[in-house]
Amino acid sequence: MAPLLALERIGKIFRNGTEALAAVDLAVASGAFLSLLGPSGCGKSTLLRIIAGLTPPSSGRLVWAEPHGTGQIGFVFQEPTLMPWATVWENVYLPLRLKGRSRAEAASGIDRILASVGLAGFERTYPRELSGGMRMRVSIARALVTEPGLLLLDEPFAALDEITRFKLNEDLLALWRERNCTIVFVTHSVFESVFLSNRIVVMTRRPGRIAADVAVDLPYPRAGSLRTAPEYGERCRAVSQLLAEATR
Amino acid sequence: MNSWRDRLGRIAAPTLVGILMLAGWEALVRWKEIPVYILPGPLVIAETLWTDGPSLMASLWVTVRITLAALVTAIVLGGALAVLFAQSRLLERCLFPYAVILQVTPIVSIAPLIIIWVNDVFLSLLVCAWIVAFFPIVANTTLGLNSADRNLTALFRLYGANRWQVLRYLRMPSALPYFLAGVRISGGLALIGAVVAEFVAGAGGANTGLASRILEAGYRLQIPRLFAALLLLSLTGIAIFAVLSWISQRVLAHWHESALPQEE
Repeated sequence: MAPLLALERIGKIFRNGTEALAAVDLAVASGAFLSLLGPSGCGKSTLLRIIAGLTPPSSGRLVWAEPHGTGQIGFVFQEPTLMPWATVWENVYLPLRLKGRSRAEAASGIDRILASVGLAGFERTYPRELSGGMRMRVSIARALVTEPGLLLLDEPFAALDEITRFKLNEDLLALWRERNCTIVFVTHSVFESVFLSNRIVVMTRRPGRIAADVAVDLPYPRAGSLRTAPEYGERCRAVSQLLAEATR
Repeated sequence: MNSWRDRLGRIAAPTLVGILMLAGWEALVRWKEIPVYILPGPLVIAETLWTDGPSLMASLWVTVRITLAALVTAIVLGGALAVLFAQSRLLERCLFPYAVILQVTPIVSIAPLIIIWVNDVFLSLLVCAWIVAFFPIVANTTLGLNSADRNLTALFRLYGANRWQVLRYLRMPSALPYFLAGVRISGGLALIGAVVAEFVAGAGGANTGLASRILEAGYRLQIPRLFAALLLLSLTGIAIFAVLSWISQRVLAHWHESALPQEE
């Protein structure tokens, strides 16, 4: 597949002197579902923020295959990060509002995206009235509403219970396949990364470097039943081993 | 059923305490035969409030007008100043200390100057009340504008939001609970400021506020009338606080923790 972007020798040293990333080289193919897997504090979230343009790298550069504008990157944070004063609809409308689209222009797109993440009927609900999983769905809907080519997710399901997380994993896969977008997914869960992605980049402890880069050759669509399949367990074991080596 | 008991407790308990204290007060005054010019009993005060009510009401209206005008000015100017501070850290650093100085200097000590400088009586009292009232709004709103969620701020940046959009759609709503808390404090302070300024101005005559009535009543040893005026002032303060609390509750009802019903 064609490359979407390439990270060349990306390094990051924070103002307090902490070195978060050291010379990361990574090419992301268009249409990939790439997981960045590593222990807490390995700089994987920092890497994601650098890709999003939210944090400048201290060294190295980011090369995009094509120039991109605002709204072509969607970002989902660890917390739902919703505006508590706004309804579900208003929260999802935000990216379009910032682009100057009127409510009427945005309405059909918002309805569609809300339906596809399972939030139809919750338009006028406020975030505090929703469960953690539903809030995360709003956050994903907001990230997708501009129809971005690249979706960045920073441990989005880490705070959710396992049942909710499994369901959201499956729904995220469906959204990815339906939209043909590229996803970079940060996680510290081996099981989550194997279930979701077709490529896993394992990172070392701080300063983060790439320790391993493996393809996950399980075919899509992947259903929930995959979790109990022996081939899934095998991949998980292999990736766990890589992670253990990387963090030793 | 718990909410019913809860409500009963919240209203009945303080009411009971109030009644007991008033009864004790009345009993003490009668038993010790304390003259009315030292300490009138609650019944005498109530009677005075009834007879002097109309004449006191005119004065109350003067005080209320100054208070409300000061509060509105504090909301407008205080809010605007906070927005200005939020736009520029430099400006905040330059001006904030002076807002603090204005706040910590006792109003009674500045009031004579203001009354000399500002010719119009209403306007001078308004300025005094405003000085007392504006600080909580500036301080709270500035804090609120700077308290927007960091990730939401990042999100706005990701979508290329301009300064105005960040202010309008993120920082202002984030600041709203802080601002409203500031307004609630300022409501009471505006009344205090108005009364203190009237005391300092010491103006007599028909078109003056409740503070002048209190001063007059004091000079003439009309202590029941003094108490009646005092009671009106308290009721006004309570009313202002209640109205502002109600507005705050309504505005934040859907989303802010402070406005949510308490969990059992």
